[in-house]
Amino acid sequence: MLQKKKKSILENWMKNQLVYEGLREDLISNDELRIQSEKLIDALVANLSADGINDLDSEKWSPVIEILGGISITRARQGFSPRETGNFIFTLKEALLLVLQEEIKDDPKTLYEESLKISRLMDNLSIVTFETFIKGREEVILRQTDEIAEISTPVIRVWEGILALPIIGTLDSARTQIVMENLLQEIVNTRSSIAILDISGVPAVDSLVAQHLIKTVSATRLMGADCIISGIRPEIAQTIVHLGIDLSSITTKASLASALAYAFKSMKLEVRRANTVQKL
Amino acid sequence: MDKIPILKMGPFLLVTIQVDLYDRLALTLEADLVQMVNKTRAKGVLIDISAVSIVDSFMGRIIGNIASMSKLLEAETVLVGMQPAVAITLIELGLPLNGVHTALDMERGMNLLKSMINDTSNIGDNEIEEDDLIVE
Amino acid sequence: MILSLSKDAIEIIKEQDVVLFRNRLKETAIRIKMSLVNQTRLITAASELVRNMLRYANGGMCLIEIVTRGRDNGIRLTFTDKGPGIPDIALAMRDGYSTGKSLGMGLPGSKRLVNEFEIKSQAGEGTMVIILKWSHG
Repeated sequence: MLQKKKKSILENWMKNQLVYEGLREDLISNDELRIQSEKLIDALVANLSADGINDLDSEKWSPVIEILGGISITRARQGFSPRETGNFIFTLKEALLLVLQEEIKDDPKTLYEESLKISRLMDNLSIVTFETFIKGREEVILRQTDEIAEISTPVIRVWEGILALPIIGTLDSARTQIVMENLLQEIVNTRSSIAILDISGVPAVDSLVAQHLIKTVSATRLMGADCIISGIRPEIAQTIVHLGIDLSSITTKASLASALAYAFKSMKLEVRRANTVQKL
Repeated sequence: MDKIPILKMGPFLLVTIQVDLYDRLALTLEADLVQMVNKTRAKGVLIDISAVSIVDSFMGRIIGNIASMSKLLEAETVLVGMQPAVAITLIELGLPLNGVHTALDMERGMNLLKSMINDTSNIGDNEIEEDDLIVE
Repeated sequence: MILSLSKDAIEIIKEQDVVLFRNRLKETAIRIKMSLVNQTRLITAASELVRNMLRYANGGMCLIEIVTRGRDNGIRLTFTDKGPGIPDIALAMRDGYSTGKSLGMGLPGSKRLVNEFEIKSQAGEGTMVIILKWSHG
């Protein structure tokens, strides 16, 4: 029965959606909205049969759920609010119920039963919508977290064969992991034999952070490069000694400048003031 | 049975491991290599593991063994091209491969070996060489 | 809450099975987009445990499971053997301890490489080790 009424459901639904004050014409055009809505109704009506209506887990519903999921994920990414996304599915429910009322207004009992079924179905679909919507948002957040982590650990090529990695901010396990992986990968990419890890921007070093640093240095050595730690501030030197952390296996330098000087020396490079009188 | 080829180049032996080692293959390599060092009087052994994606404690031990055995036969061992993921895993596993020399690639490994051989011939020269990164 | 999504059991009785097992594990890890370093950690840890199984118990079974905890997926491996068992687990988990001629890094080392590590053993009955690695973290 609903199949015949597809057209009018769509019209009603579109009307409902369009009068909704939160309609985001800036994010989605009316035509696009119409195409989305049509697709969903087609799939929905094709599946509306008496027996399958209560069982949303059955195979038959997967195309509907897929379309709906796709729509909600795109909306999450485009920046729709939860209310606006919810409205999409709630207005459909209203449109469906309206058609039902018109069709079976002579038989209150059937109307009641059918309405209940439709309600239950649409409620389930709303849950699906929200689940996917939130998942979409979480993906956005996860991607941003990755980006921030990536930005906060830049590997700089200071000289042919010398890499520097200034670390700014607190070092936790997850971050040291990224620092270490980036540094080692960059050593391979640039074929650098010396890496300088500058920790002057790290507020505190505890035994866990020290352990991570030692791990990074050891891994660098296994790959065949050397790792120097520079920028150890007096307070950090104090905590390291007080905590009884042994950094003697690591080359440490007070500043990035002295680490660089050490790197030059071990690569047999010399930095000299240019002689302006004599031309080379 | 599979075997890993050992190439001779001047005073050095070259081994490129292209497959993931299983235990018996690694043991065969250890035995073959020590035999070859003895037979050719090689001064150095270069092992390229850039194509190896897994080194576990057994293979780590074999690499350490090869280095120690070669040392007894007056040859230095340099391990080259370890993948970052393998290096991280070995450290976390608790195997820093003490006493094995490492280099980024074949070319640098070769230079390192040459410099080590020169070092032993001019006794008293304690200057640390450019690429002499001994894992402690 | 951890849900299991797929299961795959592999029998390990000879050394060549290890190569097959490692490849299967690698495929599974790539399928759930596990980061390369975590793949390496997991396969290395598994390699240690499989070797133990072959050496001390003449082989056993390994179950590869893809698990999920919502936004992150992971791989859970269950190793079961009917070997002699481990009489003192605390001792076996100590760095550098070995009854065989190994470095004694297998068990404690594998534990450091994964997110979750559980070992159960009954002397004379066998050993079961369960490890879990998330694809990120």
